[in-house]
Amino acid sequence: MNALLKALALRSPGDMARLGVILALFGLILFGALRYDNFLSQYNILSFLRYNSMFALIALGMAFVIMTGGIDLSVGGTAAMASVIAALLSPHHWAAGLVGGIAAGLAVGALNGFIVTAMRIQPFIATLATMLAAYGTALLLAGNQSVSVSYDSGFTAIGQDDFLGFPIPAWIALLAYVAGWLVLERLPIGRHVLAIGDGEATAALMGLKVRRTLIAVYLGSGALAGLAGVILASQFGAGQPTEGVGWELFAIASVVVGGTLLTGGSGSIGATLAGALLLAMVFNILNFENGLGWISLSAYWQSVIRGGFLLIVVVLQARLMSRREEKA
Amino acid sequence: MLLSMQGISKSFNGIPALRSASLEVGQAEVMALVGQNGAGKSTLIKILTGAYRRDEGSILLGGNEVSFTMPAESQAQGIATIYQEINLAPQRSVAENIYLSREPRRYGLIDRRAMREGAAAVLRTFNLEIDVEAPVARFSAATRQMVAIARAVTQNARLVIMDEPTSSLDEREVAILFDTIRTLKRSGVSVIFIGHRLDELYRICDRVTIMRDGKTVATSAMADMPKLALVRHMLGKELAAFEAIAKDADESTQRSVRLSVENAGSGVRVRDVSLTVRAGEISGLAGLLGSGRTETANLIFGADRMERGEIRYNGEPRSYRQPADAIADGIGLLSEDRKVDGIIPDMSIRENMTLALLPKLNRAGIIDRARQDEIVERYISALGIKCVSPDQPIKELSGGNQQKVLLGRWLCTDPKLLIVDEPTRGIDIGAKSEILRLLRRLADEGLGVLMISSELEELLAAADQVTVLSDGASVAVLPRKDLSEAALFAAMAHQVE
Amino acid sequence: MTTIETQAGANTVPSGKRFFSLAGRYGTFVAFLALILFNVIFTPNFLSLQTLNVNLTQVATIVIVAIGMTLVIATGGIDLSVGSLMAIAGALAPMIFMGTLFPVPNMPVAVALALVLPVAVTGLFGLFNGFLVTRFAIQPIIATLVLFIAGRGIAQVMTNGNLQVFRNEGFQFVAMGRVAGIPAQVILMVVIAAIAWAAIRYTVFGRQIIAVGGNEKAARLTGMPVHRVKLLVYMISGALAGVAGLIVVARNSASDANLVGLGMELDAIAAVAVGGTLLTGGRANIIGTVIGALVIQLVRYTLLANGVPDAAALIVKAALIVLAVFIQQRAGKS
Repeated sequence: MNALLKALALRSPGDMARLGVILALFGLILFGALRYDNFLSQYNILSFLRYNSMFALIALGMAFVIMTGGIDLSVGGTAAMASVIAALLSPHHWAAGLVGGIAAGLAVGALNGFIVTAMRIQPFIATLATMLAAYGTALLLAGNQSVSVSYDSGFTAIGQDDFLGFPIPAWIALLAYVAGWLVLERLPIGRHVLAIGDGEATAALMGLKVRRTLIAVYLGSGALAGLAGVILASQFGAGQPTEGVGWELFAIASVVVGGTLLTGGSGSIGATLAGALLLAMVFNILNFENGLGWISLSAYWQSVIRGGFLLIVVVLQARLMSRREEKA
Repeated sequence: MLLSMQGISKSFNGIPALRSASLEVGQAEVMALVGQNGAGKSTLIKILTGAYRRDEGSILLGGNEVSFTMPAESQAQGIATIYQEINLAPQRSVAENIYLSREPRRYGLIDRRAMREGAAAVLRTFNLEIDVEAPVARFSAATRQMVAIARAVTQNARLVIMDEPTSSLDEREVAILFDTIRTLKRSGVSVIFIGHRLDELYRICDRVTIMRDGKTVATSAMADMPKLALVRHMLGKELAAFEAIAKDADESTQRSVRLSVENAGSGVRVRDVSLTVRAGEISGLAGLLGSGRTETANLIFGADRMERGEIRYNGEPRSYRQPADAIADGIGLLSEDRKVDGIIPDMSIRENMTLALLPKLNRAGIIDRARQDEIVERYISALGIKCVSPDQPIKELSGGNQQKVLLGRWLCTDPKLLIVDEPTRGIDIGAKSEILRLLRRLADEGLGVLMISSELEELLAAADQVTVLSDGASVAVLPRKDLSEAALFAAMAHQVE
Repeated sequence: MTTIETQAGANTVPSGKRFFSLAGRYGTFVAFLALILFNVIFTPNFLSLQTLNVNLTQVATIVIVAIGMTLVIATGGIDLSVGSLMAIAGALAPMIFMGTLFPVPNMPVAVALALVLPVAVTGLFGLFNGFLVTRFAIQPIIATLVLFIAGRGIAQVMTNGNLQVFRNEGFQFVAMGRVAGIPAQVILMVVIAAIAWAAIRYTVFGRQIIAVGGNEKAARLTGMPVHRVKLLVYMISGALAGVAGLIVVARNSASDANLVGLGMELDAIAAVAVGGTLLTGGRANIIGTVIGALVIQLVRYTLLANGVPDAAALIVKAALIVLAVFIQQRAGKS
């Protein structure tokens, strides 16, 4: 058993949790493939990836924030605001919409970073406030209704078209995850993010630039939320100032299910992706199950099931942590 | 001479912490720095590393005058500090911790191989073969310490400061650490070793600097400083004149045993402690820092779990799972650290004083305010607490007055056994003897008192018997008639055969 | 002696710190008075009974939830699940008096059950939050996040997401009824606030809450039942969220599990923060929370009444929260 764990490079309880989520994801895929006819059909896979890329992007940014021991509740509002700004700018050029949306996200991220590091307000409160502000801005800019995007500038391609037979949003998410993995595992700043989550005071004593790193992390989360907003606008043809409610919680749940400790200092990009896909697949499977006609579980079950997942993971995490403390 | 600090003075808010202290460390030398709490060791070190600014004095490092304004500057000059609570990122790997903030890079990316091999190579010089990619939290305190030392070495440290490095190590780990220190010495690195366990100092250190009351009182080669003399220097010979208020031994042995602890143990801090407290007696608990006194008190009170041994209270075996159980039995604990374990800063004097009494003030859920006021008034005047009103937040009081409020917190529960951990720490001399007299009076009324104290004069003046701890074990019980400065020194230096 | 120290201390405090200390203590109240003054001058018909009624009924549910939140925050915790628990209570009540859940003998019994059972259920859910926080030592934000997500789902599953429309005078008395001309929900709000205020001030439990939040370790060392205190505050918070949920559905004559209590956790936390209770625990300013909720409500009303869109009010609310927490933290330090 120990040899097996070693072979799998499992070094910590966090690694075990991460292995667990990947196994669970494969289990769920296997379950779906055996039970439903069209589960592994091209249509289902592609539309699943197209729709869930936005959530995966947000979970990626959230993962980095949580690894520092913080939290970013503003991502949903940021995405909504970015979708409106992207829609408003889309008639000029598709790139204007894209850049505008990301810039909007960066602006919120910068504000978060400032409030957290300079005003020393807990991330939880800081990002809660910027979430309200982002929704407010989105509603103001949009005049309280959804804003149609331009269908002539090519903006809708971002969310709707394929590239090499694969949805563009999925490409974007894939690239973002590869970049995220590179940053976390192969760049100093990634290791510094984890060290800061392990203990800010210690990290500062070891000579790390704590404030700068935290600001970078909130900027990253904001940019990814902005990008998700651009995809939202492009995919549904409209900037939607009231969309994104509860996205932050979906992202947090993905990150936690992905084995990242909410206390910071540990985390994995791959498992975060697996966590996001796992939670999304619960919904997908629910749809198929209803299609079979044996049962009729309403779509509302998905949040109950998501909450249940979160509960199990959090309790397991707490037990692993307390066992580790006893050993130390 | 690598380091020479001369005539260092420093005051905080007008209160001198260092008075012309000095410290010299030679090349490839292990210097022991010893002294009681408040002697000024940590202030001196913090001035050296740049965490504090000195008021006066000079620091020469490698012959050059230096003046650091922040720790990063002293680190750049080759001074590395390894704190007691080893400052590493616990979930990061050994290799990462060694190179954090100075990661080797290739094409802009972290060169993981260079990092791994570099880390393994440094650790190998300390005869340590471990998986450098495993998180440091997985390893023992000794190994973590060595990782911290390895980090210092890769930063080209010339001087490594170790703050109580052995406090959480077991015998075998201490041996490994000492091997590491010898390796450092061989490569020309100097070490300042702050420690309290005398045997260890004699094993590893070349010379010793002893501090007391903010001054350097002695410096000598370790071999030329007998243990007894060292303890004497640390604790000071001129004992303040407290009036002797202890009881005759014969009288106190007549009384019933209130508390007896037999072979109690938990973790590495408390190994084997036995002691007794009689009704009507002040029983002292002495020992150098780190000897396990506070931990013993926590065991008795149910704040920590006892793993071995037996506690009897009024003859009945007891094992308290939580402080509430001990309190219900009539035990109180005045803890050592007022800020962390004692006061609730924003609450008023009245509230702080009656926290432990709340169950008895409870009238159908509502606090019996009349009785509360009456009790608080009584203890404010009995203890001479100086305050504007009972409604004043406790954080606004002076240390001595805070301590009196906390003492009142336990006295008003009418305890049968009171454990006081450094009851006069941070209190002016007048208030000190006041508190001691008060404890005496309470003992005369039948209370059993277990008094933990680092101040010999306090024990000599007030204790009816003293149990001496060393390294988590009780090594001597001195009845009143045998109690003397010399006997205490000898027992603390663990020379009692 | 200490008097002199304190005075000397106050004199030497730099003016900046002094400002934060004063702003922390009186800022919210001054803001409240300023808002009223502004409205009296600029908003037409501000000084009317109707305006008062509108604002008070709007603020009642926020205050009720925020009082539970104040207690939780005073112990150093937080409760994100309140909005979802409101939805559960709001979904349950009509199902009970309309007999969809189980047969009911007669209307008075049904109404009584519809008022009591949902609150008991949300109280139990709150207890579950407390269980996660104490038994597993899970951070309160995360522990209550579970029910934040799942709670609304439970309400939606129970009602299958459908709107429940009803008319039931007995039940709706909690919102529509009036006693001596005062809306029942306002009376409920005042009574709950008064009880909480008195509990904090005069009861053993109140002192335990403050002590646990002020210094948990010291509280344990004085023999306090730290876990029981935490369990109870989460239960109270859950139960009060249930009460608020009942009021909301009674007011609307309809229950929509998708909407009842949506975003309430933010309003409640904002009210607590603006009201001067430190988010780090150890204090519980009930009157402050009430005023904090009123300020938030008045800001919104002021902006709306003067033609500023609702969306801009969100931004103002955000700024208000950050400013309030910032000032509280600064004041706490000096």
